[in-house]
Amino acid sequence: MKISVLTAVAMLVTAPVFAQGQVEAAAAATRGQIVDLAGSWANRLHEDWIERAPGPHIGDYSGLPINDEARAYADLYQVSMQNMPERQCIQYTSQYIVMGPQNLRIEPEVDPISGAIVALHMTGTVDRAPHTVWMDGRPHPSKNSPHSAGGFTTGVWQGGMIAAQTTHLKAGLVWRNGVPHSDQATITEYYARHGDLLTITMILTDPIYYEEPFIRNATFELDPQTRVLPEPCEPQVEIPRPPGEVPHYLPGENPYLREFAETFNLPLEAVRGGAATTYPEYGKKLRATYKPPEKCTVYCCGGTGLTVPNTNNAMCREGDAPPPTP
Amino acid sequence: MKTVNFIYAIALLIALVASPALLAQAPARGQGQGGRGGRGAAATEPPPTPRAAAPIDLTGYWVSVITEDWRWRMVTPPKGDYVSIPINVEAKKAADAWDPAKDTAAGDQCKTYGAPGLMRLPTRLHITWQDDTTLKVETDTGTQTRLLHFGDWKPPATGPTRQGNTTAQWETRQGRRGQPPPPPDQRFGNLKTVTTGLMPGYLRKNGVPFSEKTTLTEYWDLLNQPTGEQWIVITTVVEDPTYLSRTWITSLNFKKEANGSKWDPSACEAS
Repeated sequence: MKISVLTAVAMLVTAPVFAQGQVEAAAAATRGQIVDLAGSWANRLHEDWIERAPGPHIGDYSGLPINDEARAYADLYQVSMQNMPERQCIQYTSQYIVMGPQNLRIEPEVDPISGAIVALHMTGTVDRAPHTVWMDGRPHPSKNSPHSAGGFTTGVWQGGMIAAQTTHLKAGLVWRNGVPHSDQATITEYYARHGDLLTITMILTDPIYYEEPFIRNATFELDPQTRVLPEPCEPQVEIPRPPGEVPHYLPGENPYLREFAETFNLPLEAVRGGAATTYPEYGKKLRATYKPPEKCTVYCCGGTGLTVPNTNNAMCREGDAPPPTP
Repeated sequence: MKTVNFIYAIALLIALVASPALLAQAPARGQGQGGRGGRGAAATEPPPTPRAAAPIDLTGYWVSVITEDWRWRMVTPPKGDYVSIPINVEAKKAADAWDPAKDTAAGDQCKTYGAPGLMRLPTRLHITWQDDTTLKVETDTGTQTRLLHFGDWKPPATGPTRQGNTTAQWETRQGRRGQPPPPPDQRFGNLKTVTTGLMPGYLRKNGVPFSEKTTLTEYWDLLNQPTGEQWIVITTVVEDPTYLSRTWITSLNFKKEANGSKWDPSACEAS
């Protein structure tokens, strides 16, 4: 009974707020700011193909403005962690829209009376959580409210695009080599459509693991035939283990942390990330002494459209014929 | 229970009454900036120059923050590393023959500094209006200058150049042709540029090529963060029938800097 009364009072208080959101939406429509984002959007992966498709190398934190806490966390990572039944269905958080390989479907929720867009629902896919951008002016919940992988997001029309803010995220992985973000991370998001292209920019701010806001963009192409797979996750034993065994490395014991730097002749400090490493002046310093490996040996043709018989080697060719025997 | 139903009824009634009242606050169609208002008075005035009509201000110093494709942009990747770029077999052959020493000997150190490769390099941009119809984009990396021409500008009849010929237009759904633009603080939109007439060059410093048939289309968006920080995000589309199997679509970001104190011009480098 008490809950019902409280619900009614909540309706009294919040109805004008939501209506105000519709006012804003109506005004934005009048100004010509509203752009239709509905549809299926294909992720072409023309940048960071390795990080977003097969996954980054262990110990590769290049271009990430992370701090020592994040490095310490990521250094313990072991890929086998992900196939523990307890962890298989932990979803990637909303930042993975621009970090991951998946396509995207956007479905607007429209108020049947006013026609205003109440929300944009970005369906979840494979292992990424659904993401909803509320456009009706509702406030963010209390800071004590539960966090989720999708977070809580509100947006406004700003300059012909959507500007949105996400809070209430669960802690999650930014890259699939253990680079984390905390549950205190927030994201500023921008959705800009140009014809059949949709560029999503996410700027992640995290006081626990990042030295500076971390910006990433991903451009999607409108493609009605693209596959958006809403796969329900069903955990199962992929690798039998003795009860209680948890794959991990203790601090200082991960033997693979130098592999990436050594493969590409890069100084270890350069691939450990940090805000300073993302600016041109760092590149200038690095290039003064850098000698690239003589030729590419890993993932060389990934994402090019040329056939890659084994994505972990250097061979790439046109067609499906096997590579010539050396 | 009856009390609860009564409270629900009152709540619904107030919500229904409040919504139309608030909706009514929205400006009527055509009364806002750029709608039908203002028709007539400005009809005889000349259209504003592209500089005066700019819906966003891109001028100033900007720095590329390399958080994507770091290994392929911060340093020269190894020969034969074509990952992420939808090249064809011809491009692979050309990239496999890349020889930076040969480029240097031929005075071709700037082949990665043509517009399609240049914007992906770690650089600062200095954007200014050269005149009322030309936006100038300078880079300190490679000391290059791109000119973005608005209006009815026609490319010169000379041959291809490193930065090519770029036409520019503001994309905005505000206002009507021939009408004055809204006041600057109420404008929005983006810049679209199209570049052709490019000399052959490299998309990546390790010799992944683009040809003289390349068309570079860029959409320049200005993002205003709640913190006051500003970013330019450029959605970039490269079409090259010679070396690409499909369009290459990427996006770049540049953060606004307070001044040019970190501007550090450098010459082109072949590797």
